[in-house]
Amino acid sequence: MANILVVTEHLKGEFQDITFEMLGKAKEIAQSTGGSCSAMVFGSMSGQTDQMGAADTVITAEVGDDYNPEAYAAAVKSVVSANSPDLIMIGSTSMGIDIANPVSTALDIPTVSFCADIVAAGGGFTCTSQMYGGKMNVVSSVDGALISMVLAGSFNADTGRVSGSPAVEASAVEAGAGKVRFKQLIEPEAADVDITQSDILVAVGRGIGSKDDIEVAEELAEALEADIACSRPIVDAGWMSKSHQVGKSGMKVKPKVYIALGISGAPEHIEGMKATSTIIAINTDKNAPIFDVAHYGMTEDLFDVVEELLEELD
Amino acid sequence: MKIVVPLKQVPDLVEDLEVDATGKALDAEEVKLKLNEFDDQALEEALLLKESGAADEVVAMAFDGEDVDKMLFTAIAKGANKAIKLNGSSPTDIHQLAKAFANAVATEGFDLVMAGVQSADGRDGHLGPIMAEYLSVPCISVVAGVSVSGGQATVQKEYSGGMLGEFEVDLPAVLGIQAAAQAPRYAPVSKVRQIQQTETIQEMDAGDLGAGAGSAISSMAAPEKGLGAKMLDDVEALMAVLKDKGVA
Repeated sequence: MANILVVTEHLKGEFQDITFEMLGKAKEIAQSTGGSCSAMVFGSMSGQTDQMGAADTVITAEVGDDYNPEAYAAAVKSVVSANSPDLIMIGSTSMGIDIANPVSTALDIPTVSFCADIVAAGGGFTCTSQMYGGKMNVVSSVDGALISMVLAGSFNADTGRVSGSPAVEASAVEAGAGKVRFKQLIEPEAADVDITQSDILVAVGRGIGSKDDIEVAEELAEALEADIACSRPIVDAGWMSKSHQVGKSGMKVKPKVYIALGISGAPEHIEGMKATSTIIAINTDKNAPIFDVAHYGMTEDLFDVVEELLEELD
Repeated sequence: MKIVVPLKQVPDLVEDLEVDATGKALDAEEVKLKLNEFDDQALEEALLLKESGAADEVVAMAFDGEDVDKMLFTAIAKGANKAIKLNGSSPTDIHQLAKAFANAVATEGFDLVMAGVQSADGRDGHLGPIMAEYLSVPCISVVAGVSVSGGQATVQKEYSGGMLGEFEVDLPAVLGIQAAAQAPRYAPVSKVRQIQQTETIQEMDAGDLGAGAGSAISSMAAPEKGLGAKMLDDVEALMAVLKDKGVA
């Protein structure tokens, strides 16, 4: 019998998809083990508990609407201490990292990160984590209570998107120490191109090698009337602006065709583009995880391929 | 103001990864280690704060291991004031490593710990926020943008879709760094060699590492290939796909 606590996530007054992914999975595990599922919601999101139909109970925490790492983690600690859930599901997200780790460490509850699957087994759970940039699946077994950090895109959000009127309990949360203060939300800068609207994207990753070589990809994009996109390392290297970044901390895109040049396909990148109907990946590493989500693949040198393509397209 | 940057090596993901005979770990013989890319970002951001005058001292820290001296000398070559190597029984997971670093920074003293936001082998959580809990100081992770003044830091934390949250945090604090304001600098090999001759790495006992993660790996394997990609042999085949999809 697994009693599960799902820590919901919200931004600008809306529950994030990861919340519904976790709720759907939590409901499934709760039902299969004869347990129950609670959803913890923060601030005035308590006014939207009708979206939490997948949960048996909603636990509210009066911690303000704006996410605060310290206050939210303190609130989750209080609720976990009071309710002793068997499984605590937290997103493997920006917010989840701030919350899962201190709760785990303070309350001595094992955490498993990068979880793509969770199964109730005996009195505990087994979790499959996508580690090493998605190159290895690592199975962890935990006998007792567990915090599972769920990778976005692992479960079907629609399963958890159920309306209803679960019982609502207000939690008595301890205030944080007040050492972290929220100042403001900053919207992304207006971009020269909105890659979420593109039909065709040519995306470059670390395999492109140098800033100058991005020109090759730009030529291909021009020839295909595509827009140019990239993975995180390209932005961090300062080779392209953030408005072109696809993935967890960048944009979620769904073009008709996505051509990935020299992108290995870490889970953070795949989260942003896997809904694309045709993915073509060119990467010399035949074991690159990108080939698991791509529909077509080539292991040739990307420069050779692009050069030949440009000749063909000319 | 003093910044400590904990450094850690991780398997180079560009290389092929093999599972060893236990079926529960990577084959250490085959693994090529490199500095965790996010630790490199954290070090860069710390060095930028020092260069701007906001910080006085940057200390690089690592647990002893293969090639760790070279990694620490490289950090000094890039601009760190000093390097500390921790000795003791090897940490088995992120919780134990965080405990070792927490023990050491408590002894060394710090205003800011800037850790890489995550590591590809971090099965049991994230170094920065676990350290912060052991140290009883606040922590903000997924940070890309730090400024410091008057006993507090103003940081920008990344959310999805390019959104940022801006926070103020009282020092001392721990930050999990996602990205520095500029690409991490490179230290020429000649400079690292010269530093190796002139500088010394301070050593420190790691102390009690605590109970660790509390969970164990039961198996490790490369993901099973699903249907996967249809592999194309040549550009002609690729052109055919592009034409079929109405792209070319």
